[in-house]
Amino acid sequence: MDLKKAITKKVHQLKKHQFLFEELVKRDFKQKYKRTVLGMAWSVISPVLHFLVMKIVFTGFFGRDMPHYSTYLFAGNVMYSFFRESTTGGMNSLMLNKHIFTKINVPKYLFLLSRNVSSIINFGLTLIVFFVFCIFDGITFTWKFIFLLYPCVMLMLFNIGLGLILSALYVFFRDIQYLYDIFTMLLMYMSAIYYSVDAYASYIQPAFLINPVYCVIKYVREIVINGTIPSLGLHGLILFYTLLALGAGALIYKKKNHAFLYYV
Amino acid sequence: MAIISVKNVSIRYKTGDFKSIGFKEYVMRKLTGKYQVQYFWADKDVNFELEPGDMLGIVGTNGAGKSTLLKAISGIMVPTKGSVKVKGNIAALLELTSGFDGDLTVRENTYLRGALLGYTRKFMDEMYDQIISFAELEDFQDRPFKHLSSGMKSRLAFSIACLVSPDILILDEVLSVGDGAFRAKSEEKIRSILEQGVTGILVSHSLPQVRQLCNKVLWLHKGQQMAFGEAQQVCDEYEAFLKSMKDKKK
Repeated sequence: MDLKKAITKKVHQLKKHQFLFEELVKRDFKQKYKRTVLGMAWSVISPVLHFLVMKIVFTGFFGRDMPHYSTYLFAGNVMYSFFRESTTGGMNSLMLNKHIFTKINVPKYLFLLSRNVSSIINFGLTLIVFFVFCIFDGITFTWKFIFLLYPCVMLMLFNIGLGLILSALYVFFRDIQYLYDIFTMLLMYMSAIYYSVDAYASYIQPAFLINPVYCVIKYVREIVINGTIPSLGLHGLILFYTLLALGAGALIYKKKNHAFLYYV
Repeated sequence: MAIISVKNVSIRYKTGDFKSIGFKEYVMRKLTGKYQVQYFWADKDVNFELEPGDMLGIVGTNGAGKSTLLKAISGIMVPTKGSVKVKGNIAALLELTSGFDGDLTVRENTYLRGALLGYTRKFMDEMYDQIISFAELEDFQDRPFKHLSSGMKSRLAFSIACLVSPDILILDEVLSVGDGAFRAKSEEKIRSILEQGVTGILVSHSLPQVRQLCNKVLWLHKGQQMAFGEAQQVCDEYEAFLKSMKDKKK
């Protein structure tokens, strides 16, 4: 009987939060795009432009001997842009809502989730543009493309985990914003977006796998360009990074849930 | 059976210059041993219980720990010591107008606030017209929130929180909102809510208001609990205290 009560209570809670979540998503969208038509399009145009600039600049250096260099470059850009947009956007989520959570008792992670919704939608739209480019680049689409769901979903969850960590850190240390900017720039150079790791000695190459963003980029490229399903090891590694980020994020929120108040 | 029971509640605030220092500064201060945090007790050993239908007034001079205590009761803060037990839904109105978004319309803000307070969409659909008409904002529904005057903003916030049926209603200085006419209307509303058996907590600097609306009063001074009990009696004590303070200054 008690169990049944507990379950109905939980369901009731979730339903309550669903309404709040929807309203927060609506608000974040309106805030972000200020009800402009171009707003949404811009979020897709921006990574595409990024790709085009890189294409023009780097094709002469790295693209000469590489088949499907456009796809190679775009795949890296799509995943990296999603990672950057989602985590830098998520970092603000607690501070932007400080007027709410210091006055009303609400689950704080909802602010982060709702901010992630727009990055996820942008990511989806950019992916569509990516597939269109793939057609132009002469990529053959196979059933193996279904496996692309794995790195996409994992990166989504990884971003949420890292967003939890960053948004909490940002409450405690305001300069995290600048430090994280530098960090993402360094990470971009280390993600082999426009060059290939084959240029490095074989004993250095595995070091790239320390970078979770590189792992998902590698995964996408193997499916799209090589037409092969990546190794079980890569699957495991990506899962490990995702769980690590989510676990650490959840732990910080659980432990510091009531401490945020003293810092804002 | 008590609906709210506050036992030996003490709340310690952390202050000092640790706020908004950056990570680099934090590391430097830790290394040089200059990182200092001060603590101070906003509330010390507060005890009281409320029965369903009680209306508690909390009085005290500035810095008495009233708002901090409300935050502990509404679950935003966790007491450093002691415990707060609450049975039922709380609608807490702490600093009414913060948390609204200036760019959203009045309608959108109403729904957002409703969601934040834990109501369902169906419930908000049903109550929306009533909320707007009570706040007297029929002509402003689709205007951006920032176009409203501060009185209108408070009216809206008050209406959203009061036109719903929480088990416990917490009001922090909210009855001083709006013009005279709205104030009378809101007091009327509060009284009718209390008649339905809702438990209320009111923080106010207006003693006549407290005497009128509350049946119990808690008096705090610099975090210490000075008295808790029957409203008129505690109000008399508090008034005498205020008078003696004034006399001392002279």
